[in-house]
Amino acid sequence: MNKELLDQWLARLFDRDRRATAKLISWVEDDVEREYIMRAVLKQTGQQMVVGITGPPGAGKSSLVEALTKLYRGKDERVGIVAVDPSSPYSGGAILGDRIRMQAHGTDRDVFIRSMGTRGHLGGVTRSTSDVLRILEGGGYGRLLLETVGVGQSELEIMQIADTVVVVLNPGTGDGIQAIKAGIMEVADVFVINKSDLPGSERMKNDIEMMLNLNCDGKAWRPPVVLTSVIDQNGLETLREKIEAHQLYMLESGQRDERRKERLRQEVWRHWKDRLQVTFENVWQVAQEKWGDLENGDSYELAGELWRRVLREDKWHE
Amino acid sequence: MNKTRIRVLVGKPGLDGHDRGAKVIARALRDAGMEVIYSGLHQTPEQLVEAAIQEDVDLIGVSVLSGAHMTIFPRIKELLKEQNAEDILLMGGGTIPEEDIVTLVEAGHAEALFTPGATTTEIVSWIRDRLEASKEVSV
Repeated sequence: MNKELLDQWLARLFDRDRRATAKLISWVEDDVEREYIMRAVLKQTGQQMVVGITGPPGAGKSSLVEALTKLYRGKDERVGIVAVDPSSPYSGGAILGDRIRMQAHGTDRDVFIRSMGTRGHLGGVTRSTSDVLRILEGGGYGRLLLETVGVGQSELEIMQIADTVVVVLNPGTGDGIQAIKAGIMEVADVFVINKSDLPGSERMKNDIEMMLNLNCDGKAWRPPVVLTSVIDQNGLETLREKIEAHQLYMLESGQRDERRKERLRQEVWRHWKDRLQVTFENVWQVAQEKWGDLENGDSYELAGELWRRVLREDKWHE
Repeated sequence: MNKTRIRVLVGKPGLDGHDRGAKVIARALRDAGMEVIYSGLHQTPEQLVEAAIQEDVDLIGVSVLSGAHMTIFPRIKELLKEQNAEDILLMGGGTIPEEDIVTLVEAGHAEALFTPGATTTEIVSWIRDRLEASKEVSV
């Protein structure tokens, strides 16, 4: 693509043009001039914190995003939202339905909602999620919200993107043992028990608090557990306040800079990985040609033999 | 590495609440490898166009079973024009009489309209034919 033209699109982004914001997101997602675009965007962004909302499918993540958006709009903040849904492992297609729950802001030009398919990426987000959030920041959206796909127990990549991780759970979905398991329960900065109009929410809160009693000894931030009900409009302002409190804590404790440094390393690692992936695909192509008559033996044996054929190295294992 | 994926907004404008058709189409497009943003029910043309812009879709597909097609399609096209987003195509389906289809398509209020009985294969290949040439470099 012509760089002059691209610069014009970038200028339009920084002028808060919604069309340019949307187009640049698509190009970055599709790896069209991604590095050029992102280097321009990252020079001017990175100040705003990201609130990540994660939790199992149907927990109410989209509804909470909408509820929070309403509160932020009440304070005249411009809100940028990235909502991730799964792509089909068969066709690569996706049905992205998070907007359905965010109708109230459908024509509000100070809210930008972008739906993304995971496109084969595991971890609850997509390969370009953090870049897309920065493009939204470049387009003048200061309040950044990220909604992950519905997660199980171990899709934790959100912690590499969000400054505040909100884990949304529902009453009646597990006992005290679930609460002390590793994984998603460990990464929360704020816990939400949504649909708290249903029975069992107090009990669940107790289970989580007990887990926190074990975990948070001596730690400066103890994740609050907030009961919310979007139907009854309960607890939403409290949730907003707790998120605010966590962001303040991140800033004041210097944690934010810590996480940022760590994140930069992670991102560099990811760029390397993408780069090496291309090399790997090429080598794998060559390996296919050398496969020849390989068929007898187990997978370890074949892998070793192929390795020797392609790389002419004896060593397959150290 | 220009493997740009086709993105489609499937929308239900107006007051009719029958979205089985829209869902069947959304599923078919997903299975054809497209990313489908589903709007949900009761959308205004304004909401659909705003969503189409933010999501940077290549195509809006709307399902109209209420008889309001003569109002809805021209309105969506008009709004796309206002937003300098005329490159986003508009496709529709539903119970639309033949003479209205001719009127709408000839006036440029929609690129294509499908009626009950149209197969999903037909619709998928129309979209592919229409878009794949222009998706190569889309600036």
